[in-house]
Amino acid sequence: MQKQPFIVGSLVALSLALSACAAPQTQTQTQSAPQRVVETVVVTVEVPVTTTPAPAAPAAAATPVPAAGAAGFGETLKAIQARGKLVCGVNGQLPGFSFIDPQGNWSGFDADFCRVLAAAIFGDATKVEFRPLTTQERFTALQSGEVDVLIRNTTWTLVRDTDLGLNFTAVTFYDGQGIMVRNDSGITKLEDLKGATICVQKGTTTELNLADALSTAGVEYTPATFEDINQTYGAYAQGRCDAVTSDKSQLSSVAKGVLPDPDNHVIMDLTLSKEPLGPVVRHGDDQWLDIVRWSIFATFFAEEKAITSANVDDVKANTTNPEIKRFLGVEGELGQKLGLSNDWAYKLIKQVGNYAEIYDRNLGPNTKTYIARGQNSLYTNGGLLYSPPFR
Amino acid sequence: MSLRPATAASKADVVLPPPTERYPLLGWVWKHLFTPWHNALLTVLALGLLYLLAVPFAQWALTQARWEVVVVNLRLLLIGQYPLEQVWRLWLSVHVLAFVAGLTIGSTVRAGLWRAVPILAAPWALALVADFDLATRAHLGALPVVGLVAFVLGRLGHVYVRRHVIGLWVIYFPLFILLVRGLTAEEGWLPVVPTNVWGGLVLTFVLTVAGIIFSFPIGVLLALGRRSNLPLVRWASVVYIELVRGVPLVTILFMAQIMLPLFLPSNVTIDRVLRAVVGIVLFTAAYQAENVRGGLQAISRGQYEAAYALGLNSLQTNLFIILPQALRNVIPVLVGQFIALYKDTSLVAIVGLLDLLGIAKSVLAQPAYIGTQREVYLFISAIYWLFSYVMSYLSQRLEKALGVGER
Repeated sequence: MQKQPFIVGSLVALSLALSACAAPQTQTQTQSAPQRVVETVVVTVEVPVTTTPAPAAPAAAATPVPAAGAAGFGETLKAIQARGKLVCGVNGQLPGFSFIDPQGNWSGFDADFCRVLAAAIFGDATKVEFRPLTTQERFTALQSGEVDVLIRNTTWTLVRDTDLGLNFTAVTFYDGQGIMVRNDSGITKLEDLKGATICVQKGTTTELNLADALSTAGVEYTPATFEDINQTYGAYAQGRCDAVTSDKSQLSSVAKGVLPDPDNHVIMDLTLSKEPLGPVVRHGDDQWLDIVRWSIFATFFAEEKAITSANVDDVKANTTNPEIKRFLGVEGELGQKLGLSNDWAYKLIKQVGNYAEIYDRNLGPNTKTYIARGQNSLYTNGGLLYSPPFR
Repeated sequence: MSLRPATAASKADVVLPPPTERYPLLGWVWKHLFTPWHNALLTVLALGLLYLLAVPFAQWALTQARWEVVVVNLRLLLIGQYPLEQVWRLWLSVHVLAFVAGLTIGSTVRAGLWRAVPILAAPWALALVADFDLATRAHLGALPVVGLVAFVLGRLGHVYVRRHVIGLWVIYFPLFILLVRGLTAEEGWLPVVPTNVWGGLVLTFVLTVAGIIFSFPIGVLLALGRRSNLPLVRWASVVYIELVRGVPLVTILFMAQIMLPLFLPSNVTIDRVLRAVVGIVLFTAAYQAENVRGGLQAISRGQYEAAYALGLNSLQTNLFIILPQALRNVIPVLVGQFIALYKDTSLVAIVGLLDLLGIAKSVLAQPAYIGTQREVYLFISAIYWLFSYVMSYLSQRLEKALGVGER
């Protein structure tokens, strides 16, 4: 009896405390975006002196939060420079794209593009902290600022570009979803997959594309989903599925690695989807978007002009081409417009290399993860890589 | 075939054990495995099943398995990306561990010392067999020597050592963290090694030990709080315990790693390993609280009354009378929770920390070793099992030393 007032009292106190806690919480949740704006508008006031794009951006970005387009301008670069290193979100478990080699170094195509950015910002390609991210957490990690840029075989889609508050900068790798089957299975077209079990990785666009394509074709199948790529391929290698679907890049590298008999498998001659992969940044900092985008274009441009890490010093000293002079920072102030030093592209090429070098190092014919360049060739060779002019 | 023991003839006045308990090997097998007939059937079935499983496994392990993936990546699996030029600090901490363990065993353990022989021999065997560099071999070779020296010292000064060895264990973990993390800035004698390159077994060890050390006292406090007469304390404890126990560990880790930065100002960053440790500690504490409460409930009311009658206040009663008895009763549960914690640390791989499991997954992505899941996972399973068993064994020794289950 005596205890009851206590219980009631403490319950009241608890509910008061909870409601007191809850009120600011809901506020921060609903107002988090505007709050960020308020905080960052102060920054825009500081920055516009040096930058012309800032005032232009709010007019162009007619998104639900109009000011956010310009608000965070310059913040990311400042934060990275203050920190002394770039934090780059990668997959960490994808052969050829990002993994840790036996010496403990990060290696792979995506990892090299992280280094490209570090070289552009700091002039030192080693100033990267790699952050392995899972499929489920990658966007949250980018949104919350845990990573500065996400280079993690992420497909560019409209929803991700808008709803998630992210910006895709450029495409570093044009991929497409394919299906691999055994040679002796007799499966050659989509209809042959009726009743088949198909291995697919969970929570990816791959899973959704497969469902879309097969339901359009009216083919019933059993999906077998797995948490990570290696399990997916492992299950296929053990014969638990009739077919495995994934991006063709993965299929062709995996066919060489996982399967005991790579020659007995074939990638079907159909493409379920377009999968343009590339670095992703947060909405709200267009300077950072420009830096990432143009650093990637720089690798395209260098390949186009046959500038490699080996000959870049020579080219820089002897070139007469004004565009290359501007590109390498001999003339003009292209780097400064990005907020970087004028020889940013020179450092990036010198330390990491042009696109072809990066590609060949990780996915070239001498690697175990060889993928023919195909669409990932320069536009001059019939591919899709095209850099806007450096002027 | 005589059923009588061989020693029986020597002295007639010796009290003999019941003779039917002793059989020659074949007799034992016959009696226990083949009579009556349905036992024989079960034996044959079990042997057949074992054969069906063991033979393909042995075939695979000895001929097909690509164990070189483990050999080449041994460093990654054990210490992650820890910089090579700083590895001596890890070795130093292992040597200190061997020293403290040697002192402890030397000063307290009297019987059954032969059991230490394989532990001492293992580093030497590893140094001789495996293909390590010279420094690694030297460290491995020195390890048993350090242990033996400490053992002798402990035995010589056992009265003094026994009193102070607990203190050494208490300062060991802070010392370990100090060595691993470092003291000074970038340059200098003991440069800081940022936690993003901590990995492999070292990270698993850090998470586990920190989890155990910090979750235990919090758990005890929560257990006492839940039984407290102060309503606010009691309700706070209840709410905490029930809230945390109702949430999976993955969610807590996810919140700590991904969601927390959303609520913090952008210039405030908390170390990721620290965040994981805090998550694990808060989670385990809630479970330990209930385990400890179970022990508290087993203490009879008479103990409290006797303590109060002696004039002890409530703090003294709990500290000197209740808790020692309560904790002694729940050692198996507590250790079970710690073993669970040890294995649960592998969940940090989901939030991108490269612990033993996380680094194993990255190793599996090396183009040269695609498709070696079985080898790598088997190896890390063996490591998990080994340390879980060590914990279990130590808790059994502790129970024996405290006489749990005997009085």
